[in-house]
Amino acid sequence: MTKYIIRRFIGLFPTILVIITISFFIIRAAPGGPFDSEKTLPKQIQENIEKKYHLDEPVIKQYARYMLSIIRGDLGPSYRYKDQDVNYYIAKSIPNSLFLGAISMIIAVVFGITAGMISALRQNTWIDYLSMSVAVIGITIPLFVTGPVLVYFFAMKLNWFPTSGWITGRYGWTTLVLPVITLSFNNFAYIARLTRASILEIMRSDFIRTARAKGLKTSVILFRHVLKGAMLPVVSYLGPAFSAVLTGSVVVETIFRVPGMGKFFIQSALNRDYTLILGTVIVYSVILVIMNFIVDIVYAYLDPRISYK
Amino acid sequence: MIDRNDVILKVDNLKTHFRTDEGIVKAVDGVSFSLRKGETLGFVGESGCGKSVTNLSLMKLIPSPPGRIVDGKVLFHDRDILKMKENEIRGIRGNKISMIFQDPMTSLNPFLKISTQLVETIILHQKKNEKESRKRAIEMLELVGIPAPAKRIDSYPHQFSGGMRQRVMIAMALSCNPEILIADEPTTALDVTIQAQILELIKDLSEKLGTATILITHDLGVVAGMCDTLNVMYAGRIIEKSDVSTLFSDPKHPYTIGLIKSVPRLDKKTGQKLYSIKGQPPNMIGMPECCPFHPRCEHTMDICRKKYPPVYDNGSGKTVNCWLFPAEPGNYSDEHKSADEHHMTGGAV
Repeated sequence: MTKYIIRRFIGLFPTILVIITISFFIIRAAPGGPFDSEKTLPKQIQENIEKKYHLDEPVIKQYARYMLSIIRGDLGPSYRYKDQDVNYYIAKSIPNSLFLGAISMIIAVVFGITAGMISALRQNTWIDYLSMSVAVIGITIPLFVTGPVLVYFFAMKLNWFPTSGWITGRYGWTTLVLPVITLSFNNFAYIARLTRASILEIMRSDFIRTARAKGLKTSVILFRHVLKGAMLPVVSYLGPAFSAVLTGSVVVETIFRVPGMGKFFIQSALNRDYTLILGTVIVYSVILVIMNFIVDIVYAYLDPRISYK
Repeated sequence: MIDRNDVILKVDNLKTHFRTDEGIVKAVDGVSFSLRKGETLGFVGESGCGKSVTNLSLMKLIPSPPGRIVDGKVLFHDRDILKMKENEIRGIRGNKISMIFQDPMTSLNPFLKISTQLVETIILHQKKNEKESRKRAIEMLELVGIPAPAKRIDSYPHQFSGGMRQRVMIAMALSCNPEILIADEPTTALDVTIQAQILELIKDLSEKLGTATILITHDLGVVAGMCDTLNVMYAGRIIEKSDVSTLFSDPKHPYTIGLIKSVPRLDKKTGQKLYSIKGQPPNMIGMPECCPFHPRCEHTMDICRKKYPPVYDNGSGKTVNCWLFPAEPGNYSDEHKSADEHHMTGGAV
């Protein structure tokens, strides 16, 4: 087990390195640069700016320079937002995204697994139909519909929650409710359906028949014999889902004006802000890779056959 | 000596049906038999003839829906299991009656250690604490021939071979000293060399512990060596019931004769084509009230297509359901007729 974890951990670094390298060259291959604009700058000024940011050097040299700087923990200056560097913008926005994402995901997991379990145990009853219908709605309706609809009813009509804002603003914690619901609904739906399906599948397997033939109670069978195996597909869904939600949903952060990281994904790409793009890519990929690493460990814990393969 | 008349399990007119999209499958359609203390009872028949469903029904382990036990009694020490409450049946499962299944690769939970799976059964039924149960589990593993059981008990099933897993299943099934052991094709998924060992083990242990055994198989060689009594099943019913030696020396039902003839034999001339029963087992959906074997039978008469044959009892425990026999003088009087009529509508044999 320990060997398996160490092996997996060492494997993280090349993955991240490859992601950074590919992103670095793809960005530079895209047409347009950070300092191109409709208004042509005098040649001398353009050259000076490029020189300042080392954009006049060969790409491979820029790559080496960039890699050396991120090893020191410096993601470089933003090419568009002149006041601060990339480290500052990410450090300022990522905690908000992580916070919102983590709360949403915890809620989605708790409610999703519970709903899936109840549905599986009460298969083809009204409670199963009800929770699975809610789940289908959650899967099919996109965030940019759920968000505004919630705002319309709960903020504008009923006035229960503010339309947007963040916990540091004057509405405080109430600002969290609607974005959390919006962000968790979709994942709740997926998790509920996955849980239900895999519990039902395991319930039909031979070893559950053995467990019943031993005279075990249904509750013991469910918690001891079914749940471990039934969580496997849910866990593998959680890895990527977690990292997507943690790094901020652009849609939700835009609708509810959350000062998170999501907006930088779009803005930096539109601006050809090379360093900020790479900064967000690195953060996202590190989180994704770590999540997958955790999923691998949990997987090996749940299914003893895995670490031996 | 085992008291041969001490009946511990009596199954009476058991009917288990499955609802499917095409119609109702009468997987078990009026099966009756009894099991005596220490007896080894065999069930033979082709795949899908209802052997397994019969035995799963005994402990109400039929997946429902789609399965449903529609009629019959399962008297265990004169109490009907089918009428018991769920928690009462749970006290019997794995304790008084336990089962071994066909595929040891899938019958043990791959996510749990062997120790967990063994110990939980013992704790559940024997009111022992964790430590005592573990000790008992190790003893059982030793008894079924697992080397270094104290060490291997904490392995996972995937670290064991198929034969070893089946040994673990046997250890689990016998850990609470059950009165009845139901072995549902315990060797079908194993290598031939291992098959003999496992059968020997079941036989030895059930004799040693005084457990009555129900052995389900489609291998006539297996039953010949192990069973006292045999039930031959076809299309959800028992069509011939006999003690082992007379079944092989004097088979009555054409289906039984066919089965015995299709076993390859060492004492016959080689180079001959192996006998096989022509045709396929019948479609179990919407079967008419005829002898279900008649399309494949070599002796089909008119009556076979019209009515299910009554039971013929030779008076010494052998019964056959075939139209070739009831007409024999002395065996098919009017008095028997009513009993047969009763049987046809699902009465006791």
